[in-house]
Amino acid sequence: MNIPLEDGSRVAVIGGGPAGSLSAYFLLTFASRVGLDLKVDIFEPRDFTQPGPGGCNMCAGIVSESLIQFLASDGINLPTTVVQRGIDSYVLHTDETSVTIDTPLHEKRIAAVHRGGGPRDVSEVRWGGLDGYLLGLAQQLGARVVKARVSDVAWDQGRPQVQLREGPETYDLLVGAIGVNSASWRLFESLGLSYTRPKTTKAYITELNIGTEDVNRLFGSSMNLFLTDLPRVDFAGIIPKGEFATVCLLGDDIDSELVESFFNCDAIKRCFPAAWELQQGACHCSPWINVREASKPFMDRLVLVGDCGATRLYKDGIGAAYRTAKAAALAAVFNGVSESDFQEHYLPAYRAISSDNRYGELLFGVVHRVHKFRPLIRGVMRMAALEQKNPGMKRRLSIILWDMFTGSAPYRDIFFRALDPRFWGRFMWETALAIPGGATQERKGVEHGHQ
Amino acid sequence: MVTSEGAMGRDYADQEVICRQGEVGDRMYVIQSGRAVVVHETAGSEVVLGELTTGDIFGEMSIFDRQPRSATVRAVGSAKVLTLDRRAFLTRVHQDPSLAFNILQKMSLRIRALDEELQHLKRAQ
Repeated sequence: MNIPLEDGSRVAVIGGGPAGSLSAYFLLTFASRVGLDLKVDIFEPRDFTQPGPGGCNMCAGIVSESLIQFLASDGINLPTTVVQRGIDSYVLHTDETSVTIDTPLHEKRIAAVHRGGGPRDVSEVRWGGLDGYLLGLAQQLGARVVKARVSDVAWDQGRPQVQLREGPETYDLLVGAIGVNSASWRLFESLGLSYTRPKTTKAYITELNIGTEDVNRLFGSSMNLFLTDLPRVDFAGIIPKGEFATVCLLGDDIDSELVESFFNCDAIKRCFPAAWELQQGACHCSPWINVREASKPFMDRLVLVGDCGATRLYKDGIGAAYRTAKAAALAAVFNGVSESDFQEHYLPAYRAISSDNRYGELLFGVVHRVHKFRPLIRGVMRMAALEQKNPGMKRRLSIILWDMFTGSAPYRDIFFRALDPRFWGRFMWETALAIPGGATQERKGVEHGHQ
Repeated sequence: MVTSEGAMGRDYADQEVICRQGEVGDRMYVIQSGRAVVVHETAGSEVVLGELTTGDIFGEMSIFDRQPRSATVRAVGSAKVLTLDRRAFLTRVHQDPSLAFNILQKMSLRIRALDEELQHLKRAQ
């Protein structure tokens, strides 16, 4: 059965983060292209211009290379007032050594952003957050932002009804964009959506206020990635942003003990001056992150987008919000809002994200094993440094690492590139040379190469 | 349409060439801030075809027709320009054709402007 949207149809979007704002943005964009008059309300109680937890959606704040390009193709160029820093390179650290890897085009194509007004100890709010910017774009197209928390939902003669303090409002479509750090699941369950909630784990993010000068001097425009042998850590990174450096740990239930071990490891100590100590009371959070998608993200007149449905494993969550929001909007405007409309026209995009994550799980599993075997880590560092020093050499490893840790390419593509026998041949050769007693040994310190 | 100055991409100095006529193009460009001029070079002389500014996309013809660049684009003053890779873009367009809409719209506007110019030229003859 098809349920088309018509002139005057009303859409309620619950949640004004990137998934919610982009849903509204694309619903209104596509509707305007075919002359369809839609009314879109976004329910978001928070003020994203506020610094601290009140205006923040708790995320490392990286907009991937691929998302920057897709947004630009769609006519959305992230402004200088939102991007704290453009990232054009990365530094890979182990306990023994570091190597700087430049991107092939020497171009800033990854954006480091704050989600809200900035950490709670920000000296002045000079940048707007990403979430506020995207919400503003949706408003420019005519979306109405209702600063209220939806307390309940119900059905009103087959249409979803949103309960507000002022009274109920009935809509033709309900878009759920509540993320995974909200207790609003029950809203959708109360409408009869029978699905398994996403599987989650805890991450850790802290914002170190070290001042713009030190951020420039210590990190420049590079993302710093750490290959440590800490248990349960799949990704550890430091991202420079204005006067702050954002530290992000992802893995299996990151707890305070693990965080302390991370700050005590040699690789991270090497990034800071000898006298540097971790500040007490820095803005930090331990958000839940989605590591396995919800089983079914739609029913008649209801669709879930962003983290509360499926997201990309560890990386490019904002990109997954963009893709699910756009796919849901395309399905709703050009096909309809019935379960079968979403099944046919939204589910493929949703499944593409979740099936790609299976390759991501495999890749992070390999990284875990490499962590545990020191000669392999030395092989990684040696090969990455050589690729940087020799412009004629194919940058097979550098690009695999870049795409994997920045979320710039699908895990499936990275997985098949990593199977290339030429890559493995070179990698095993460099690993053999890096074994003590091999032809040469990696020196301690920073290997730096430019292409 | 968003036209505020973008923060991403590479910085180009005044008169620096962003893409050159005759080269095989594997990317297109979006001006994030600043201006650029489009020129056609013929036997030592050049004709200015147009000027580009923040938010403008160029180099898209080579993405679609795989022909060498039809003109040279140079920065006017300092400019910041983001590149979009052909392979990544076209792969995504086949999954999400709506991604090409914005570019089609801009190409359509360009054809309209060319039509008008042609009309003026024919009247002047």
